[in-house]
Amino acid sequence: MRHIISILLENESGALSRVAGLFSARAYNIETLTVAPTEDISLSRLTIVTSGTDAVVEQITKQLNKLIDVIKVVDLSEAAHIERELMLIKVRATGKDREEVKRLADIFRGHIIDVTESSYVVELTASGAKLDSFIQAIDAGLILETVRTGVCGIGRGERILKV
Amino acid sequence: MTMMTGAEIVIRCLQEEKVEYVFGYPGGAVLHIYDALFKQDQVKHILVRHEQAAVHAADGLARSSHKVGVALVTSGPGATNAVTGIATAYMDSVPLVVISGQVPNAYIGQDAFQECDTVGITRPCVKHNFLVNDVHQLAVTIKKAFYIANSGRPGPVVVDIPKDVTAAKCKFEYPGTIQMRSYNPVIKGHLGQIKKAVHLLLEAKRPMIYSGGGVILSNGAEQLTKLTRRLGFPITNTLMGLGAYPGTDGQFLGMPGMHGTVEANMAMQHCDVLLAIGARFDDRVIGDPDNFSSIPRKIIHVDIDPSSISKRVKVDVPIVGNVPDVLEEMLRLLDAGNAGPDPEVLADWWKQIEGWRAKQCMKYRMKKSVIMPQYVMEKLYEITGGKAIVTSDVGQHQMWAAQYYKFDEPRRWINSGGLGTMGVGLPYAMGAALQHPEAQIVCVTGEGSIQMCIQELSTAKQFRLPIKIINLNNRYLGMVRQWQEMFYGSRYSESYMDSLPDFVKLAEAYGHVGMRIERPEEVEPALRKAFTDHKDDLVFMDFITDQKANVFPMVAAGKGLADMILTEDL
Repeated sequence: MRHIISILLENESGALSRVAGLFSARAYNIETLTVAPTEDISLSRLTIVTSGTDAVVEQITKQLNKLIDVIKVVDLSEAAHIERELMLIKVRATGKDREEVKRLADIFRGHIIDVTESSYVVELTASGAKLDSFIQAIDAGLILETVRTGVCGIGRGERILKV
Repeated sequence: MTMMTGAEIVIRCLQEEKVEYVFGYPGGAVLHIYDALFKQDQVKHILVRHEQAAVHAADGLARSSHKVGVALVTSGPGATNAVTGIATAYMDSVPLVVISGQVPNAYIGQDAFQECDTVGITRPCVKHNFLVNDVHQLAVTIKKAFYIANSGRPGPVVVDIPKDVTAAKCKFEYPGTIQMRSYNPVIKGHLGQIKKAVHLLLEAKRPMIYSGGGVILSNGAEQLTKLTRRLGFPITNTLMGLGAYPGTDGQFLGMPGMHGTVEANMAMQHCDVLLAIGARFDDRVIGDPDNFSSIPRKIIHVDIDPSSISKRVKVDVPIVGNVPDVLEEMLRLLDAGNAGPDPEVLADWWKQIEGWRAKQCMKYRMKKSVIMPQYVMEKLYEITGGKAIVTSDVGQHQMWAAQYYKFDEPRRWINSGGLGTMGVGLPYAMGAALQHPEAQIVCVTGEGSIQMCIQELSTAKQFRLPIKIINLNNRYLGMVRQWQEMFYGSRYSESYMDSLPDFVKLAEAYGHVGMRIERPEEVEPALRKAFTDHKDDLVFMDFITDQKANVFPMVAAGKGLADMILTEDL
């Protein structure tokens, strides 16, 4: 099962490596990991997409809580939530492909943010699955470079992760 | 307020924490700290011969008391040598503060002389660690280190201090208490869960108590003993938990696990309600977790660390809390309800247990001309009246000490259970000897283990530590040899110890007393002599023991607990 785990942690040097180190030391899987400071700069918010049985995910949550720098841990995927990921994708855009890529970017509500004679950079924000679909929809031969931020997520409505 | 250097602040913090002994080894990055140490006499420094032993000795001091052990090492190799000691303490949840020097801030990352990423290297084997970049943060960081090390589930904390920070000056202010928004260990257990547990215990037909190192670490032996006696249930203590319940008491079934007794393992396996307290269902204790879980039983698990609960075995009633607090609450509920288990039902269960006990699984056959290692342990127990603080190294001798020395009190048995570190025995004994100058301190070891920290004979001489070293010398890495005999067709690959030193001469070279004991009838007189005539000396007793003796019973790795190999002597 895929889980999105959100972590509030002290914004201190080394805090990220404690989390990453825990995952490798205990052989937990990381699909994506994003981290940045919150509105309170003493706090970082980290989002990890992982997968495992219920027992493994329970252990992941407990082990994360055990880290001294970790303040709160929530499994976002346990209840209603929103997830988003940003992708920048550079594609070859010449001849008739220029129009085709533009059209596809529009369909996926992406923006073309860099244009040269032979390439576009498309910016796309969506769920991870939708980004995958975009990559599949575009002719693989046209893709020059892909960069994705990994998932960040937030609970819906009254579900709030705060100190 | 006067200005103090970082080095003076370090020492002042140790004084504030009432630290009596620091185990360490000087070097470039900690010279300022050693200078500050020199100018006072409240904190005593014990100069070891290798940093690994500094951490083990601090660890031994902590295990034998309820104090935080403190070690001080220099940067680079000082810190890397300390890693084995830190990992050993981490696996057994021992509270330590390890202070390491670091190259000056401006040199960090430049591959400076004796630089290493201490915080990075130790991260996976500490409860927490700090790099202190600014002298203004030094006192509060050390305070946090002591607080974190000794609260919740204890563990080692490393404080890495760049040399320039120890030279910089600031005002000294030591916080009285520490509040951390990210760290608030739970103390009291959930009352609803405790009620549920008590109810289950009273309904049990075949109850069993299984307690581990957590009871010792939390000073919960008294409450455990009270509760066990009140309920009349059988109890087993793990290797780390020995002494939490009196080893000579009839309700005690011995140690469980790979080298546990038949009665303890069978009762663990066949009970219908298992009360696990400060224990972690380790692979050496329950064997194959699938096999263990295949037998239906209700499990109650009391532990201060939620991540220990349902980690290897699914638990029915989890109780997160400090062991003595939770047990007090259980006792209160039992008293309030004036409730007890049904004596008839319990009698049936005890009958079954006595059947297992009647197998006398710990019997061994004496030999006429060769010393049996088990016999040495029995005599040691007799002659010390069961009152000694016994440390051990890792291997066969460790198991024999655990099996044949009966511990009636906590903090008398000190060994590396989790990491299984050979070489801990002598430094553990040093830490315990300093902490308990009045006690008999015994280090049970083997000719393999003792050589892993043999240099500490020099430290023991310098500080006049009258440790009695019981070297069970079978000229083999015994436990390796046992596995090779049982599982590798007796191909004794690299387990024979050739070219051993003459331990008697070696002990004498260090200025100690050495004895070689080769015949069974010499065992008792030699031990008596060591503990009376040489009461105040370190005595290295080299017992030449049977080469073929194996540790029984044995549950092979990955097997179920009921699948025990018993001694061929039975």
